[in-house]
Amino acid sequence: MAKNQKKDAVSAVRAAKHGWIYTLCFTIVSLVWIAPIFVVLLNSFKRKAYIFKAPFSISTKSLSDGWDAFMAGANKMMCGFLNYSNAIKKTDFFRVFGYSLFITVASVLVIILCTSMCAWYITRVRSKFSKGMYMACLFSMIVPFQMVMFTLSKFANMLHLSNPVGIVVVYLGFGAGLAVFLFTGFVKSISLEIEEAAMIDGCTPLQTFFRVVFPILKPTAITVAILQAMWIWNDFLLPSLVLNINKYKTLPIAIQYLKQSHGQVPWGDMMAVLILAIIPIVIFYLICQKYIIEGVLAGAVKG
Amino acid sequence: MEKSIKKYFPIFVLPTLIAFIIGFVVPFIYGIFLSFCKFTTVTDWKWIGFENYTKIFYVQGVLDTTFLHSLWYTALFTVVSVVITNLVSFIIAMLLTKGIRGTNIFRTVFFLPNLIGGIVLSYIWLMIFNSILARYSQTIVTTQWHAFWGMIAVTCWQQIGYMMIIYVAGIQNVPGDLIEAAMIDGAGFWQRLKNVILPMLMPTITICTFLTLSNGFKMFDQNLALTGGAPGKSSQLLALNIYDTMYGTTGWQGVGQAKAVIFFILVAAISLIQNRLTTSREVEQ
Repeated sequence: MAKNQKKDAVSAVRAAKHGWIYTLCFTIVSLVWIAPIFVVLLNSFKRKAYIFKAPFSISTKSLSDGWDAFMAGANKMMCGFLNYSNAIKKTDFFRVFGYSLFITVASVLVIILCTSMCAWYITRVRSKFSKGMYMACLFSMIVPFQMVMFTLSKFANMLHLSNPVGIVVVYLGFGAGLAVFLFTGFVKSISLEIEEAAMIDGCTPLQTFFRVVFPILKPTAITVAILQAMWIWNDFLLPSLVLNINKYKTLPIAIQYLKQSHGQVPWGDMMAVLILAIIPIVIFYLICQKYIIEGVLAGAVKG
Repeated sequence: MEKSIKKYFPIFVLPTLIAFIIGFVVPFIYGIFLSFCKFTTVTDWKWIGFENYTKIFYVQGVLDTTFLHSLWYTALFTVVSVVITNLVSFIIAMLLTKGIRGTNIFRTVFFLPNLIGGIVLSYIWLMIFNSILARYSQTIVTTQWHAFWGMIAVTCWQQIGYMMIIYVAGIQNVPGDLIEAAMIDGAGFWQRLKNVILPMLMPTITICTFLTLSNGFKMFDQNLALTGGAPGKSSQLLALNIYDTMYGTTGWQGVGQAKAVIFFILVAAISLIQNRLTTSREVEQ
């Protein structure tokens, strides 16, 4: 015991001695790690002509030419928020952002509600159907989207699902596999006694589910929400095929469509819209960091 | 209890079931069926048997290597990205579990790119690559190898943070007394790594390897935004090749669907191997 304490003390001293070197190294590495985002931020305030000519500088003149020349050069190169106002106009940013937000939030809520109920049912009711449904969900997890993209988008069009509300159904269908799988794994670990007690006390299955089971499922619900939200918010191919592109665009689609048909990219606008797309993600990440990392971890280990 | 729940079938299961049938079951089965047909939409199909499958490799008696090229290009891309991603994220995870000051901040930073979607990430890097390469009068699509390493960089940047998180959790689960015992027995760092830490980490390594493997195989957004398959079609990964066949050439939808079926079989095989490996390990423990 005493020996252990001594050893801990020794290694703590050793860590403290060399700790700052590691901290310094990692600080540099992490700054380099997110440097690309800062380069984009810098260039989003720059006139288009200079983005590729001088991606890492802020002025046409160097500081050695004197302060006034430097500032004049900076004025020539930078254009303030011009790129931003152009980009917002060109991509109809706030509308597109609204569609993205609506589709993500609605889909995630619907997925959590429907698949948790479904998962509870197929674990508690043991029948051939339950087993078949579970196996089908497992199977759907290994099918790549390319396999169903053509037929799925055509059927969605035929069923009039090519709008931000209809696509929620498509996401529920295609996202059900993982969600049902994660929920069933957790429901299996809940003891039956609590539910039986609730039923004996006169709860209907619906009351039992919402008052007893769902609160216990909350950690899994958060995991599912995080995983699905990350997928749906960033998804490009599915909405670009399912949605009526002329009327509704999500953020990734709007960014990809900034590229003109002959392959030219308006880089000034692009830089601005990239930053506009990253800011909400960073804010969301900083607020929900703990849940995101835990959710991702749980999803990876179980999936 | 089972009986009373059963009555609520329409409320509990039906919404998911209907969406699942619309969103997965019917498109999947119909997709397999259509791969044996000539069609332009889902209603005007004509059964042609295996012609779509042979057309992937032979067009009017001439060998077409586009799909095979894309297949080995994807395989190479996947292997390289799996090795780099796992190696780097493991090293970072090892260092971050040493109790360095600021670990949480570093972890936050490394994980950030993972939350940004493939399209946004690709345009960030496209700007950086092209502005650097412009000095040598090149772009990312000058050759297929420019494109290759560009996509590798973007993929690794995105995935390393994710895999690092999984590795950190795995390393933290290695019992401390096991490592201590090895230290007391005089094992050096490399011996401890090889004989204690790595064997204990095998489940984690399997998970990370297969996650990166299937991500690499299914890569689409980064490919589309970064290179678009250029120069020519030489930097098309499988997913983009399928997309291009299906929507880029009229009359070739059937061939695209047939390629998708082959793609599905490949991805499914990878997942099944992973499943076999992880479940057999669980039994051992």
